[in-house]
Amino acid sequence: MPDISSPPPRLELRGITKRYPGCLANDRIDLSVARGEIRALLGENGAGKSTLMKIIFGAAAADAGELRWEGQPVTVRDPSQARELGIGMVFQHFSLFETLTVAENVALALGPAAGDPRQLVPRIREVSKRYGMALDPERRVHALSVGERQRVEIVRCLMQDIKLLILDEPTSVLTPPEVDELFVTLRKLAAEGVSILFISHKLGEVRALCHSATVLRAGRVTGHCDPREQSDLALAQLMVGDAEGLEARYPKRSGDKVFLDLSQLSWRNPDPFATSLHDIDLTVRAGEIVGIAGVAGNGQDELMALLSGEECLPLQAARIITLGGQAVANLPPDARRRLGLAMVPAERLGHAAVPSLSLADNALLSGFQQGLVRHGMIQRGKVSAFARRIIERFEVKTPDMHTSARSLSGGNLQKFILGREILQNPKLLIAAHPTWGVDVGAAAAIHRALIELRDAGAAILVISEDLDELFQISDRIGALCGGRLSPLKATAKTQTSEVGRWMTGQFDTAANAADAAPTSTTY
Amino acid sequence: MDLDLISNILFAMVRTGTPLLLVALGELVCEKSGVLNLGQEGMMLFGAVIGFIVAFATGSLWLGVALAIVAGMVLALLFALVAVYLNANQIACGLALTIFGVGLSSFIGTAWVGKPLVGFGTLAIPLLSQIPLLGRMLFAQDLLVYLSFALFAVVGWVLLKTRTGLVLQAVGENPAAASAMGLPVRRVRLLAVLFGGAMAGLAGAYLSLAYTPMWAENMTAGRGWIALALVVFASWRVFRVLLGAYLFGLASILHLVLQGLGVSIPSNLLAMLPYVATIVVLVLLSRDAVRTRLYAPVSLGQPWQPGH
Repeated sequence: MPDISSPPPRLELRGITKRYPGCLANDRIDLSVARGEIRALLGENGAGKSTLMKIIFGAAAADAGELRWEGQPVTVRDPSQARELGIGMVFQHFSLFETLTVAENVALALGPAAGDPRQLVPRIREVSKRYGMALDPERRVHALSVGERQRVEIVRCLMQDIKLLILDEPTSVLTPPEVDELFVTLRKLAAEGVSILFISHKLGEVRALCHSATVLRAGRVTGHCDPREQSDLALAQLMVGDAEGLEARYPKRSGDKVFLDLSQLSWRNPDPFATSLHDIDLTVRAGEIVGIAGVAGNGQDELMALLSGEECLPLQAARIITLGGQAVANLPPDARRRLGLAMVPAERLGHAAVPSLSLADNALLSGFQQGLVRHGMIQRGKVSAFARRIIERFEVKTPDMHTSARSLSGGNLQKFILGREILQNPKLLIAAHPTWGVDVGAAAAIHRALIELRDAGAAILVISEDLDELFQISDRIGALCGGRLSPLKATAKTQTSEVGRWMTGQFDTAANAADAAPTSTTY
Repeated sequence: MDLDLISNILFAMVRTGTPLLLVALGELVCEKSGVLNLGQEGMMLFGAVIGFIVAFATGSLWLGVALAIVAGMVLALLFALVAVYLNANQIACGLALTIFGVGLSSFIGTAWVGKPLVGFGTLAIPLLSQIPLLGRMLFAQDLLVYLSFALFAVVGWVLLKTRTGLVLQAVGENPAAASAMGLPVRRVRLLAVLFGGAMAGLAGAYLSLAYTPMWAENMTAGRGWIALALVVFASWRVFRVLLGAYLFGLASILHLVLQGLGVSIPSNLLAMLPYVATIVVLVLLSRDAVRTRLYAPVSLGQPWQPGH
């Protein structure tokens, strides 16, 4: 029986079960969050975290189990009912309206009772000041940075009478200093009695912030613990079981001859809401891995497009990008591939692979220059042999090579795509977010494959948001911010804190210093 | 050119622009909610023929107007059921609606072709209509034109100043997020489509009861399509819709004016002007990408269903 000394937990889940066709997303999950508690919900992609949050927030219905709110059983039918209870959620992909101002966005969420957006402006200022989140209520959302947008979402929750705040991977879009600021805010909220559910797979952050943690694996709770008393390795094992390579260290190399050379690349993006590139200088040597950090949307996609040839520069600018000394900036993708370029784009389904085609056909997609086509006719036998080699070499778990790309898990498909590129013996491999959404075991395998390719003498460029990954595998590292590239430093001679500063744009480049004398032409 | 002539041109410009203004305001609201309804021409014609028949049979012009509005809404409801609730392709449904409306209106209107009717007369407001130049244009029109002024003010106020306008814009930009906030996305879209239908019906009634009080097959002559282009021309901003409607009004009477002045350009060429102007303006506007992105409803034309 509850008594005064121990009030019922704010939220308690008992035996929550949710089944989707072909998968049991949540299997008898028990979880509770007390008043003022920051509880982490840890787990790999696909462990069932998002489903559970949807059930709490009323965006999905549980098949079985009970949800208790402050001791009372409730059924949350839809998000607006969740909000009435005092549950606020900050989504991983923001649910903001870009063409509206901050105040208008808040007014929409608060409902008709909130009144005119302009009357909300002082209240928004007050809340954002109280919790240390700088925010201008009158700016339009499309002009805000990702970090600022997240603040809008949080402030929007705080303006309501909030008792439980759910944050879905909130730090994945933030730079390290922004993460620190967020944590200050969250601790303040918890101190005022707000309960917080913090969903993440970043162990360091969970240990720094959370009072308690619930670990999910394959839809089940595998443990409750105090993350402050656990090592990263112990937490990781709860999350993924006993996978190898969790803590692998790779020797650093300094590389050989320069293979990829970008000099003073400036490119104006025709999409006014997207990033343009400014004065990018970058070299990648044969036999080294160069890592580019940065929060998504700071020019990564644009840089990838210009490197792959999906965007071309005019002929007179051809020398801005060279591969092994040859000017290529004006060449289309297939011409660049002939010179030894291989690409692993960020988006697996739809960019790197055609979802509805079989693995064999997908192997042909970028491997057609490997003698798989003769006189315009596809050599089916050779394509099959190529696909089989990829599947065997990279341990892709699939029934056979005729399975469609769509039906593979993210990690398996990524291994297949990476394998397809590596088996073409590239001289330069460019990979974007190679282990995004991939489980730890597969990520370790992908890292090993990249290191092997490096040691075989290829130049490798890795673009990633995951700083830990970049520090683990790259030999030199830099960061993109606002379409500018920081200086590159040997990974061994820098630290996360420095790269974190670069990610926020705190670096001097020759171009930054020489505002008076523009050095390059923008294309 | 004397003042009288200019005053007359301005008067005719507003008269000709009014049906465009009415349809375009309706379509603007509809598109703001994320629904592209290409059926404007069909809804207009249906409104025009129903309005005419009712007015002819009952002798009441206002009853004709009222039922024309209802007629537009009935077709809009049909469209909304299929395109909003059943997630059918909006472009295909809109085209079908236009084809349906054109056929249906000429079918039920056959017996009324060429029948005479005394339509809405002009109602000059004393004193104000005597203002030089602008007096006739603004204060010597018929009642439906005055109604269009009022409707413009109401739509503008709702879109720019009220929560309803905010909800409409939110649903049109990001229906998934709007739904997560508890906004009834489909109901908002249904109401917006119905409003569009009502305005198209009213515009049809204006044509058959005030502008040229009679019924003729296909008497809208592509005005529904011009109104669609007008919304893009206005880059989804309500003041520009007004401006655009009158500009197109001016373009369509220009050949009459020039003929009157004795300019010898073939009138067929000049009659093309509004259509040419539409294309030119659309091309010019697509260059200003920032502005367009700021006001265009992002989810325009995309069906949305809950739970995804």
